[in-house]
Amino acid sequence: MKNNEIKHSEPLFHISKRADIVWWKAWLVRLGAIVLALFVSAVLTVVLTGENPLDVFSSLIKGAIGTNRRIWVLFQNTAMLLCVALAVTPAFKMKFWNIGAEGQALIGAMATAAVMIKLTDVLPPMLLIPTMLVASIAAGALWGLIPALFKAKWNTNETLFTLMMNYIAIQIVSYFSGEWAVPKGSGKIGIINGTNYEGWLPAIGGKNYLLNIIIVAVITIGMYVYLKYSKQGYEISVVGESQNTARYIGINVKKVIIRTMIISGALCGLAGFLLVAGTDHTVTRDTIAGRGFTAIMVSWLAKFNPLYMVLTSLLIVFMERGAIQISTSCGLNNSFSEIITGIIIFFIIGCEFFLNYQIKFREKEGK
Amino acid sequence: MSGNAAIELKNITKTFGPIVANKDVCLTVNRGEILSILGENGSGKTTLMNMISGIYFPDHGQIFIDGEEVVIRSPKDAFDYKIGMIHQHFKLVDVFSATENIILGLEQKGKFNLKEAAAEVKKISEKYGFDIDPLKKIHEMSVSEKQTVEIIKVLYRGADILILDEPTAVLTPQETQKLFAILRRMRDDGKAIIIITHKLHEVLSLSDRVSVLRKGEYIGTVNTFETNEAELTEMMVGKKISLNIDRSEPVKPEERLVVSELNCINREGIKVLNNVSFTAYSGEILGIAGIAGSGQRELLEAIAGLQSLNEGSIMYHDPKTGKEENLRNKTPLQIRDLGVRLSFVPEDRLGMGLVGSMDIIDNMMLRSYRKGKSMFLERKAPKDLAKKIIEDLGVVTPGATTPVRQLSGGNVQKVLVGREISAAPTVLMAAYPVRGLDINSSYVIYNLLNEQKEHGTAVIFVGEDLDVLIELCDRILVIGSGSVAGIVDARSTTKEEIGLLMTKSKTEEKEGA
Repeated sequence: MKNNEIKHSEPLFHISKRADIVWWKAWLVRLGAIVLALFVSAVLTVVLTGENPLDVFSSLIKGAIGTNRRIWVLFQNTAMLLCVALAVTPAFKMKFWNIGAEGQALIGAMATAAVMIKLTDVLPPMLLIPTMLVASIAAGALWGLIPALFKAKWNTNETLFTLMMNYIAIQIVSYFSGEWAVPKGSGKIGIINGTNYEGWLPAIGGKNYLLNIIIVAVITIGMYVYLKYSKQGYEISVVGESQNTARYIGINVKKVIIRTMIISGALCGLAGFLLVAGTDHTVTRDTIAGRGFTAIMVSWLAKFNPLYMVLTSLLIVFMERGAIQISTSCGLNNSFSEIITGIIIFFIIGCEFFLNYQIKFREKEGK
Repeated sequence: MSGNAAIELKNITKTFGPIVANKDVCLTVNRGEILSILGENGSGKTTLMNMISGIYFPDHGQIFIDGEEVVIRSPKDAFDYKIGMIHQHFKLVDVFSATENIILGLEQKGKFNLKEAAAEVKKISEKYGFDIDPLKKIHEMSVSEKQTVEIIKVLYRGADILILDEPTAVLTPQETQKLFAILRRMRDDGKAIIIITHKLHEVLSLSDRVSVLRKGEYIGTVNTFETNEAELTEMMVGKKISLNIDRSEPVKPEERLVVSELNCINREGIKVLNNVSFTAYSGEILGIAGIAGSGQRELLEAIAGLQSLNEGSIMYHDPKTGKEENLRNKTPLQIRDLGVRLSFVPEDRLGMGLVGSMDIIDNMMLRSYRKGKSMFLERKAPKDLAKKIIEDLGVVTPGATTPVRQLSGGNVQKVLVGREISAAPTVLMAAYPVRGLDINSSYVIYNLLNEQKEHGTAVIFVGEDLDVLIELCDRILVIGSGSVAGIVDARSTTKEEIGLLMTKSKTEEKEGA
């Protein structure tokens, strides 16, 4: 009687955690996610513009690697995103949710620009770039140190704190954009030292961005070694996994938090330096262009492994560049490229769910 | 099918990923009967009960209640079939009274009638002999009182199939006896009672029949009056093992750790240690017995330098130099720098003693990574140590680079104890080192502690199983509400004596207040 109505009530599917997944299967899932993302973007583009989907994909690839210059831009953007991602990694590994990379990098950029504007005529040319470098690193480190100190002393919430520090940095840049505007009243700092190129990072072999890329490559390897083979990196892992264990073996947790955030902030500051001295030669509120947040995703997707981050940052920048090209060639504005980037990132992150869980469907009745 | 089977399980299977928690388990519980489900940790007892109470859904198999097949999808379904489960961890609202907790979640029309409910609670209490004040707030209650509330809660909802998950784990021997008397009364009233446990003597004294699970498989059911401890152990473990612990006489005991008048007030302002004084000698095992949460953790952490103290001293006598050092309020690092070889196996293995996501080698390094001036890690020595521990203690693992989180409880503990012992400690503290371990692993740990004792280490062992404490230790310190209720000679004491001491300080406190 009662049986019959509830007999078939087993849920259609249920979700269970995966024990383990073979590496090639994991990459297959990720690849599938990208293909699916491209498919959805293509459908969307076709519906909205009526273009041939194959054209859409070809503009995506053209946008990313269509010309020599675009390839260089791709690598430069990847390097910058990677640099910020490397910066946030030690903090995230320590489970210190530093979402203030944007501000830390921006204040580093501001410090670089300030040295260029105010000290070009004062310092001997040899010392200008080193001073810019030191100023940017110090500024970024300070921006990382402040929330760390409060966290260590009063256990404040670092997520809110670092987020708020972003706005302070943005407002400082806004203020000086008015103060040091060229021409006066434009509200923009404009290209600094555009005539004598003082404080501009030199081109190597005629390639403007090569130095930036090399510097970030060195930092990548350095960060990998630091996290994996150094005692400090080991302490970061222990503190991140369990503060109780850290206390138990006598690690000074506060010291590790402060030290790690100084490193994180300093590297962000360095990213700001590379952006101003290496590519932009000016500073605006948008100099960092959201990299401080995208970097978190890069770091997380790579499971905090600096070597994998090269791939994840390249992937994201590739898609972004391609999406921009799609909007241009279809005559759409920038928002459309952001929609496509959003779709792609959604699928890339979404596929992590299928790497950690599997879905089991109800078995057929009457076996 | 027997006529009065209250609940019957047929071929129940449940898997979690690759792990088979239950495989083709069949069980029958009759009305007016107490059935024990016996099995080691990880044998699938709790999973099985969770399927009856609607928390999990079985992959295969059938459940019959009063001879009719049913599907239990949620705890609410279970209630409708009058099944009530009393979990190991209580699910009560601290600031509510007993009655409020009991009627919480019941769907009733109109206003709650608390008075009526309290009267009903009183009636149930009288019927079965519970001793409870329906208006008392949960946070003012002892563990045993809270358990009583949980039991009344399911009775109030009309349950006549009761499942109790390890109900005696948190009780003193006296409280256990009281609970058993109540359970017998319920049985005589015609209720079907299932009790999950891994304590053999409880099974023998309480239940009518015993069903044994081993590694998720159903081994068999026996009548209690026809069986004995040895047979049940064999069913549980799968082979005959001897349950004796060799206890040697302490050799040349010397004062190693003299703890005097420790007082500690925790963050909430509660006095967790109250004038604790004792001496730990070299070459002996000092047991610490007490109801969980009576200050054991704070005491060990204070000695290890993890808990700051308000008063008192912890004098360490160095066996080599003969010097005395006060360890009070020193950090773990400072203690080590003094040359004190103090090892500590904390209660929370993966949350304090080890890092779950790291492999065995990196976990070995926790104690030693600072060695040397280089800023880089040296992984050779920890790797050798990991290999040695895996071999010597028989750690079952795919390799030294397996994250310890993936190991079973017993193997995790071997890794932790192995590391702590490898430092050749002069003082070894172990908090609940066999909790959650199977019998074989437990005996490995007991033997390791005994070995340390023979090497002249002062061993401090916080345990929960009084039978083990009495067999293993030389002296037993009984702690209650943060104060020392007494120190007894383990060779001459009885469980009853320790049980009385465990509750002594509590009653004194009440009288004093």
